[in-house]
Amino acid sequence: MALLEIQGLTQKFGGLQAVSDFNISIEKGSLVGLIGPNGAGKTTIFNLTSGFYQPTEGTITFDGRDTRGMKPHKVTALGVARTFQNIRLWHDMSVLDNIRIAQHYRMGYSLWDCFARTRNHALREAEIDRIALELLDAMDLRAYADERPRNLPYGLQRRVEIARAMSIQPKLLLLDEPAAGLNSADVEGLIRLVQWIHREFDITIWMIEHQMKVVMTLCSEIKVIDFGATIAEGGPEDIQTNPKVIKAYLGDENI
Amino acid sequence: MQKYTFNALLAVGALVLVLMAHTGHMDLYIQSVLMLMGMNIILATSLNLVNGYMGEFSCGHAGFMCVGAYVSSVITVILFTKDRVFGPPLLDPSLAIWFFPVAVLVGGVAAALVGLVVALPSFKTRGDYLAIITLAVNYMVISAIENIDVIGGPRGFSGMKRVINSMHDVADIPWMLVWVLLGTAFSVWILRRFVASTYGKGIIAICQDEVAAEIMSVNTNKMKLIAFMLSSGVAGIAGGLFAHAYGYVNPQSFNILKSTECMVMVYLGGMGSMSGAVLAAVLFTMLIEALRFGIPALDGVMHTIGLLPDSYEISQVWKWVIIPLVLILLMQFRPEGILGNKELSDVFPRLRRFYSFK
Amino acid sequence: MEILIQNIINALQFGSFYALIAVGYTLVYGVLLLINFAHGDIFMVGAYIAFFVATFFLGEYGIISPGALSGMTVLMLSIPLTMLLTSCVGVTLERIAYRPLRNKGAHRLYVVITALMCGLILENGNLALLGASRKKFPELIDKAVWTLGDISVTNLKVAVIFTAIAVFMLLHFIVTKTKIGMAMRGISYDKFAIPLMGIPVNTIIVFTFILGSGFAGLAGFMFAMSYPILEPYMGALIGWKAFIAAVVGGIGDIRGAFLGGFLLGFIEIGVVAVFPSTLRDLLAFSVLLLILWWKPTGLFGVAKTTKI
Repeated sequence: MALLEIQGLTQKFGGLQAVSDFNISIEKGSLVGLIGPNGAGKTTIFNLTSGFYQPTEGTITFDGRDTRGMKPHKVTALGVARTFQNIRLWHDMSVLDNIRIAQHYRMGYSLWDCFARTRNHALREAEIDRIALELLDAMDLRAYADERPRNLPYGLQRRVEIARAMSIQPKLLLLDEPAAGLNSADVEGLIRLVQWIHREFDITIWMIEHQMKVVMTLCSEIKVIDFGATIAEGGPEDIQTNPKVIKAYLGDENI
Repeated sequence: MQKYTFNALLAVGALVLVLMAHTGHMDLYIQSVLMLMGMNIILATSLNLVNGYMGEFSCGHAGFMCVGAYVSSVITVILFTKDRVFGPPLLDPSLAIWFFPVAVLVGGVAAALVGLVVALPSFKTRGDYLAIITLAVNYMVISAIENIDVIGGPRGFSGMKRVINSMHDVADIPWMLVWVLLGTAFSVWILRRFVASTYGKGIIAICQDEVAAEIMSVNTNKMKLIAFMLSSGVAGIAGGLFAHAYGYVNPQSFNILKSTECMVMVYLGGMGSMSGAVLAAVLFTMLIEALRFGIPALDGVMHTIGLLPDSYEISQVWKWVIIPLVLILLMQFRPEGILGNKELSDVFPRLRRFYSFK
Repeated sequence: MEILIQNIINALQFGSFYALIAVGYTLVYGVLLLINFAHGDIFMVGAYIAFFVATFFLGEYGIISPGALSGMTVLMLSIPLTMLLTSCVGVTLERIAYRPLRNKGAHRLYVVITALMCGLILENGNLALLGASRKKFPELIDKAVWTLGDISVTNLKVAVIFTAIAVFMLLHFIVTKTKIGMAMRGISYDKFAIPLMGIPVNTIIVFTFILGSGFAGLAGFMFAMSYPILEPYMGALIGWKAFIAAVVGGIGDIRGAFLGGFLLGFIEIGVVAVFPSTLRDLLAFSVLLLILWWKPTGLFGVAKTTKI
């Protein structure tokens, strides 16, 4: 049974068909790419997967559960974490707090515990702290724990955002253009980071990316969409030579 | 032991105040200013939860205070006093000491339930539209109470003094001061505990990026519900204390001007700062009281040096010209308020040595 | 039947006042995304300006000899002057309170608080300067009552209703046909693109405040003629109500302001016709709340979509 199974996914905004009949099946442990020209509907697919939109048609099954009708936080609690195309950190609180709050779904204590500061509250907060700090250590962010993300360089903000997604301890990590806006040194670092996360935490990663170098290095399987419809899929080599893909990206050569 | 210094100082300070009031070293006026200060602290910190920490714009805070004031007053009057409308006391008046906090808390719960009227729409809408809803709720609460004749309607409701008197019959200590001090400590305490935990920080995440909060597993609807209900509930507690401290309530004392006062304190102190709100409430109360004496003094001076014609007198109305002016100037030159979204301990890190917050 | 028509006329009259004030909220909101909380008090100031202007022309202050001008002439002179002076008040607020904040790039909220405080200053400053004694607005024109069967209408009511309709048509013309009006609509979407059309942003903002406050002054004048007792807090409640009406209509949309205003007028009169009048505010606000619950961004409002 695949970890994520999407069947016949269609999304309409008014008259616009943003995604049409999209299918994918992502096996546990794989690292899959989703590429396509601007406006092809990639982010919409991520938004549907993370529960931010409700699909017009089709089903999304994650880990054997149909996510239809679930609020995004419920979907996240199942183990789907994501990052955003434009960084959406909570900019006015410390990096550490960013990581802590993302563990909200398994806080494990009630409002009463919070008011009465019960033993349970202390234990759980300590556990949340421990996980957060370990994660920051593992991702070389410990030095910035008390900084506000706003004051960090862009490359580090990306890294914090990935760390925040990882603190959810997801089964599936969705990365929405993680290399956008990074310089070439940062991109190298990102590639190593994603490889490391994939290996170390043994999770499944699905990423949208425009930089071919990143996709071709990282992904074992790539799906190409244009105007909401799938136009190609396969390994990196197949995609690079696929005429449909070249046409979608570069335009028709017989103008 | 150093880290308990602050808590110990607070406790000793409160004890000294009560003792002074008890032995007559503090006149009734100072007592009433202190009580007002306490209530303002409760109002400012509770509104700060919604307007500061969650970044919404609630402008009907006094409406919730009103609910708390009426509900707790009606309960204590029914239970402990002989009333024209409600008849003889249901319980022995000497029990008032024990049941008074319960009555105030019940008032808070009632206010929190009215807070639902604001909390539920907040799932779908935010910002300006939600501001209108809070405003409308403020008007509706006042209007509803004015239409309930059995509790006095627009004439107001009284009888709470008798409850306090029956407490004095049991033990002669300045009960209201004690209750207000306890209520203030309790309110600040639970609000502080809430926003300092990972649980409560969820509302700060909503303020800074609601979409990210929801997708990062924060149950935004539940958090909004908690924030609005907690905020209005605590305002209800302030209302209950207010009603009993003055012994008389009138729907119009909880109108939009009172709500504006609460907002002034929040923005004066800094959005999202507990110590800022406390500080602002203290300063604001002192400013109001200073103006009470300052304005006639100024009037006297102006007339003595002949700057003003005899026919004109600088009245207390100027207070409500000066206070908005102060806030306008603040917005121009220090819009983030006294402390911004920092706590006092962030500004003076050395303070941390003197308290331990749990 | 007669009662029904009588009530409809009353509702239209009240709705006209609400609409004329609501339109000021909506215009400013449409341009600056600012809730100009001081607007209700600008209406109050408008009524006071109307009082002083009218008594001035009637010869109260000894510059014009009493009785030199007929009531109608005074009316014709006073209305434009009142509108002009009231818009000066609005523009002054914009210049000294809002614009410096905007130039600093302050958060929208701070401007809203400033507006709220400006409103308080206008109210209480008026009370402090003029005292608590209420002003009685002079009767400028003879009251004429037209009767049709059992229905009687005063000329004033008809004038108020027609004024509101005329203002609506004028505004609709301005925002759809004139260049500056179109710029007003465009500015809230992209405040950087509008200067490229050749109109400075501040010109548009000042123009918006002139329009909004001018009509508030007009509403103040009409209100003072219909209900001749003036007091400093008269703008607060009616202003808040008009604001809620603007939101219910969909703030930022002129049609919404008029629809919301008239809707509120009808709801209030309707409530009073059926229930005791003390329930007016409670039920009116409840109905408006239900509308907002059902359509969170108002009747004409466009729901904003979040993009990620």
